[in-house]
Amino acid sequence: MDRIPILKLGGALIVTIQVDMHDRLALALEEDLTAKIASTGARGVLIDISALEIVDSFIGRMLDNIAAVSRVLDADTVVVGMRPAVAITLVELGLELTGIKTALNIERGMALIRSRLDESKDEARSARARRED
Amino acid sequence: MPVAKTDRLPIRSGEDVVRVRQTVRTRAIEIGLSLVDQTKIVTAASELARNTLDYGGGGEARVEVVHEGARRGVRLTFEDQGPGIPDLAKALADHFTTGGGLGLGLGGAKRLSNEFHIESTVGVGTRVTIARWK
Repeated sequence: MDRIPILKLGGALIVTIQVDMHDRLALALEEDLTAKIASTGARGVLIDISALEIVDSFIGRMLDNIAAVSRVLDADTVVVGMRPAVAITLVELGLELTGIKTALNIERGMALIRSRLDESKDEARSARARRED
Repeated sequence: MPVAKTDRLPIRSGEDVVRVRQTVRTRAIEIGLSLVDQTKIVTAASELARNTLDYGGGGEARVEVVHEGARRGVRLTFEDQGPGIPDLAKALADHFTTGGGLGLGLGGAKRLSNEFHIESTVGVGTRVTIARWK
């Protein structure tokens, strides 16, 4: 079965969904991403959906689940690139995706994740400093 | 109502649901629906095709280009010979689900369409018809 590739860049995982996903492919991505967060200790997940022509309730739920699971595993999820027509349709469908952080494009999404990564570096540094005192 | 074009598509797998979406998209573009309206009807089709597969045990989608006077539209019919829906009002309410989904399928598809019609008989099956006009 085909899979959606997950790339690792520093402390972040990046997924670009380029295909019209059927439900099993969406479920596989959810599983793969969860496993990858755990195995890499990634602190951020960026999901680019700019190629998606629709987000229906199933894909919406997948995005929500990924965000919820990654939160439990101490990683932030940012969904980027949602097309305006998709956003309008989602709201009318009744999906508000309240658990998901979104950004307009990859650049802004990466900036969000980077600030989270820097924060955790700062925390580590000050913890080290406290130990040394 | 004159029908200009009809596609009949089986719904037996997740891949079939994708094919239904793609056919609806093609027809929606052909009749000149705006991008937002295309997205709405394709999303509604996806919800209903998934219902046909998951709750109806599979079935068929009919995608039609229809004319009424000067206006053109896309009409979609989803039909299954599944268990049927005992309480339609409940099934149409948001967040009601028997299948572990979000319960937005039927109500959401209704909101995304200009016309919505559902018939269901327990033990016989379900037929949902929606239309979106240009």
